[in-house]
Amino acid sequence: MPNSSAEGRAVSLTVNGVLRVVEIDERTSLLDLLRERLHLTGTKKGCDAGACGACTVLVDGARVNACLNLAIRLQDAEVTTVEGLTTGDGDLHPLQRAFIDRDAFQCGYCTPGQIMSGIGCIREGRAGSRAEIREWMSGNICRCGCYPRIVDAVRHVAAGEGA
Amino acid sequence: MSTQPEVAVGRPHERVDGRLKVTGRATYAADHAIDDVVFAVLVDSSIGRGRISSIDTAAAEEEPGVLGVLGHHNAPTLPYEDNADGSYNPPGRRLRVFQDDQVHFFGQPVAVVLAESLEAAQHAAHLVEVTYHVERPSTDLSTAIGAEPVTYVRGDAEAALDPAPVRLDLTYGLARNHHNPMEPHATIARWDRGRLTVWDKTQWVGDGTQRELATVFGLSTDDVHIVSPCIGGAFGSALRCWPHVAVAALAARETGRAVKLVMARRQLYFGVGYRPAYEYRLRLGAHRDGRLIGALHDIRAETSSYETFTEEVMVPGQMLYRTPAVHQVYRTVPLDVNTPTYMRGPGYVSAVHVLETALDELAHEIGIDPIELRARNEPVADPATGLPFSTRRLQECFTIGARVFGWADRDPEPGSTRDGDQLVGTGVAAAVYNTARTGARAAVRVRADGTAVIQTATTDMGPGTATALTQVAADELGLDMHDVTVHLGDSDLPQAPPHGASTTMASVGSAVHDGAHRVRRSAAELAVGDPCSPLHGADPTDVVATGGRLHLARDPRRNDSYQALLTRNGRAWLEATGLYTPPAEETRSMHAYGAIFVEVGVDHRLGLIRIRRMLGVYDAGRIINPRLAESQAIGGMVGGIGTALLEHTVTDHRDGRIVNPNLADYLVPVNADVPNLTAIFLDGRDDHADPIGVKGIGEVVQIGIAPAIANAVFHATGRRVRTLPITIEAMI
Amino acid sequence: MQPFDYLKVGSQAAALEAARRGGRFIAGGTCLVDLMREEVERPATLIDISALQMREIVATGRGGLRIGALVTMAAAAADPHIRTSYPLISEALELSASAQLRNMATIGGNVLQRTRCTYFRDLSAACNKRAPGSGCAAREGYNRSHAILGTSAECVATHPSDLAVALAALDAVIHLVSGSGSRRVAITDFLIRPGSAPEREHALRDAELITAVEVPALPRPVRSGYLKVRDRQSYEFALASAAVALATRDGVIRAARVAAGGVGTVPWRLHAVEQRLVGGWPSAQLWRFAAECAADGAEPLRHNAFKVDLLRRTVERQLRIVGQP
Repeated sequence: MPNSSAEGRAVSLTVNGVLRVVEIDERTSLLDLLRERLHLTGTKKGCDAGACGACTVLVDGARVNACLNLAIRLQDAEVTTVEGLTTGDGDLHPLQRAFIDRDAFQCGYCTPGQIMSGIGCIREGRAGSRAEIREWMSGNICRCGCYPRIVDAVRHVAAGEGA
Repeated sequence: MSTQPEVAVGRPHERVDGRLKVTGRATYAADHAIDDVVFAVLVDSSIGRGRISSIDTAAAEEEPGVLGVLGHHNAPTLPYEDNADGSYNPPGRRLRVFQDDQVHFFGQPVAVVLAESLEAAQHAAHLVEVTYHVERPSTDLSTAIGAEPVTYVRGDAEAALDPAPVRLDLTYGLARNHHNPMEPHATIARWDRGRLTVWDKTQWVGDGTQRELATVFGLSTDDVHIVSPCIGGAFGSALRCWPHVAVAALAARETGRAVKLVMARRQLYFGVGYRPAYEYRLRLGAHRDGRLIGALHDIRAETSSYETFTEEVMVPGQMLYRTPAVHQVYRTVPLDVNTPTYMRGPGYVSAVHVLETALDELAHEIGIDPIELRARNEPVADPATGLPFSTRRLQECFTIGARVFGWADRDPEPGSTRDGDQLVGTGVAAAVYNTARTGARAAVRVRADGTAVIQTATTDMGPGTATALTQVAADELGLDMHDVTVHLGDSDLPQAPPHGASTTMASVGSAVHDGAHRVRRSAAELAVGDPCSPLHGADPTDVVATGGRLHLARDPRRNDSYQALLTRNGRAWLEATGLYTPPAEETRSMHAYGAIFVEVGVDHRLGLIRIRRMLGVYDAGRIINPRLAESQAIGGMVGGIGTALLEHTVTDHRDGRIVNPNLADYLVPVNADVPNLTAIFLDGRDDHADPIGVKGIGEVVQIGIAPAIANAVFHATGRRVRTLPITIEAMI
Repeated sequence: MQPFDYLKVGSQAAALEAARRGGRFIAGGTCLVDLMREEVERPATLIDISALQMREIVATGRGGLRIGALVTMAAAAADPHIRTSYPLISEALELSASAQLRNMATIGGNVLQRTRCTYFRDLSAACNKRAPGSGCAAREGYNRSHAILGTSAECVATHPSDLAVALAALDAVIHLVSGSGSRRVAITDFLIRPGSAPEREHALRDAELITAVEVPALPRPVRSGYLKVRDRQSYEFALASAAVALATRDGVIRAARVAAGGVGTVPWRLHAVEQRLVGGWPSAQLWRFAAECAADGAEPLRHNAFKVDLLRRTVERQLRIVGQP
């Protein structure tokens, strides 16, 4: 190996309820940290530029694009990814269930981001009508074109939770 | 043989891989956990044509973590054996990565940086200094000279048009579109003692990727193993094995490590193909009552300087309507661009846009209803081949669609309906796509525990192939769906055709059906010959199976389970290879059809076009799973909205640079653009097409959407726009 | 991305001290990280200011509002005071980017957002803003999204922010602090037209930090709103936009604030339109008459000539939406 790896710097953060302490390159995005270091590949890279939403995760409860978050800035942050939605005994989150029931995906690649974004959308109180969901879920591109069904799924869960 | 009852097929079952996909456990190409990977990042040319004069890698190699840089200056010579037959490599000389100093297009891979971390590789890619001898590229379809054309002649269209009572001379321009699947193309490659394993985004693990890599590296196909269990959309972009796959494999060989190469979104605009731009002049002659007399088609389409890409853009003009005289000239125009490729509804999307917009223009010109115009030109047999249609229910699609959509209430006068700031209009178009089938194989095995495994090398880019194959297998075996598992996406599995062109269910579905049929028959034969079986002595052709039990079709009480039968007979499994072979010669004209209805609102002061509602009525043969079919149809409509109103890959002709190579500037529809969309599939099946009666869905659902929208825009505003996409500037 | 030193500061003093030694502040990072990945931005040091206390939205004694620089776009848009008193701000914010990006991006950073010009973002293209003296590839290149107002021979890039357009209409003031003290600059002076030095986009001095954006009180009663025109219905930058605030009393427009976005190298305040409105009675004729001069001085390029009409019509439409009784 001609060169040693870049000098590392430690960051500790909670991912899906587990405290992780990782030596990282300061350039590492949260997305690449999740995918390449923590092997949580459920969070997807679609554009790496905040233009597609495939990498949507919750950071301290808010939906964000993991690709534009530098991991080094997330000391003590709480990150939830799609892998953190299922309980220990494998029960799906209601929105995961709704995505299956409504067939709200085809290829499935944008789906983890859609689901995380949908959870954020409901939490933000922006799932009151189909029109509102359409607008507030527009940060997640689905090239298979499953939008009407994504709206169905989010609407279903939002209504069920009295949001 | 008694017919198996239809239990699973035709029902809206949820996806068998749904749980994997909503939990993030589905493994797409870049998700495979391969140990100790080297990260590869491509360096692409910053000129549109010329030669590389030098590649300075010193700064890149000094970057901590960088293992090296490969380019034509240091790459080994690769065999690049011929691989024309059976691949999707078009005629020409395919791009040979790092084999010479030639630059054929802006963005061509000129080097690859290999590093221990992605961050190091990405930064070092910026540090590679490439200098060029620059030549001026030719990238403008409107000014470049075309190659020798392909022509089609039926009757004398020129002479027929001359005296025609109604004549139209229309020129359309269709923009280049990129597939832009959400999953970027990605490859992980590893060599193990001379055998290459590639985890890849590919729609064709077999001849598409396996054989291409074998010929690039001079290997036996047995020494190339392709794994592609999940595809994050592709729409045709992953039918071919593009240069970056060979780069990853080369880098893995040179480093002796596994190499992971994920294309940046920007690189997808020149690293893989696209739907080519078209200039399409159509001259039509018709009687006053709308009956077509003749048509002259002048078609020009982009291709690269090194390969001649053609697609089925001539077919719709030959067969969609009864047209006595047709003359078509299809010219590819070689440009300094990367080679185009198939994109959802290849050729048909473009040709049908032209035909269906032109018919709308004709209907307006002579003052008859556009649906009536199509009815008056309905052929009785395929006008191109003379073959009878297997099934052609296009007029039924229009009739049902008109009723559901409320077409009868339409005021034909353009610009006649207003809703606040919007002018409201409706439009229709027909859709058609060829029902193609290809030879396929599938291994079907029923195990002694009463479960079954289906294996085939097809892939699933999103339509739900695994789910639909499970349904077909479950019904033919007489098992519950949850007892059937489908394995696909691996070149070690029985050979399957490319997962594209709407052929998968017809071909692979029929092979699975055949394999399942054989297994059930051998189980029945085993049972009737087994003195311990309640079925002993029965005629095996009277035996059917449901819920895991073989029984007499007329007497379900005489039954035996697969599980008991196999256990009793000491058989771990029963297995057969299912085959599907399409007929050597077609005796029918086979196509899927659709009728598309669209209502748009056009804020004509601001130039904004908004889809208000859309209905597609489809004649696609038998529908294996209506839930999946509807999802596909809605997806096709969304894709069509993009083509009609948003999508346009833009080239700066000064240097051949793509200026909108990202998802913020190449606009695809977002959720807010898409209202409720409705799809209806006509009940029925096409028994001429294939044993399971399907005609294919994936393509036909994206065809006809853009012209229906364009026609609705005309009806709303009175403004006819003949270029796609139709954007604000054409409306204000 | 070029390697950098990362420094997280806990106080304004520490931030300014670090900045004096050279470095770039990072707040939401949505623009900066994106451009760093493209290597358009190559800071040697990133000074993370996210721990600073600049997250308050407070009423000023003068009836206006001060929005801390680190307030996220989402938080500002959801703030009840802003929604009630300055709907054009919340509308501009909610029509920007996506919900995810608005959860990250801050008010201070939004004002400093850099252009989407494709040539600016592409290291292999000529761009005076990114590489002074290299030329402007956009002027003779593909320039559909580019500016028709405030351009120069050197640069035609559009300012991308929607918020800044609303702020320009409202005569907002940027609060700044540096080692030599604090100062206030009107947003219309803060954002600078390219002229012969397009690399200079704003009036920030070295080691100076935006602490807040202050919005002055509007004459009451007032109605306001933001209209954004674009190809797709969400998640896209403006082709043209209009921020309008109208104060009407006794049926007569007493005060008008109008600014346009998507068309200028900076948010474009339309004083001439405002002058035509003041003293007038709301009517379709007035909206049209006032909006007629919205594009005065426009210098369209090859692909963006449609923006001239589009700007006028966007302003006219938004005047009607806000001003119709």
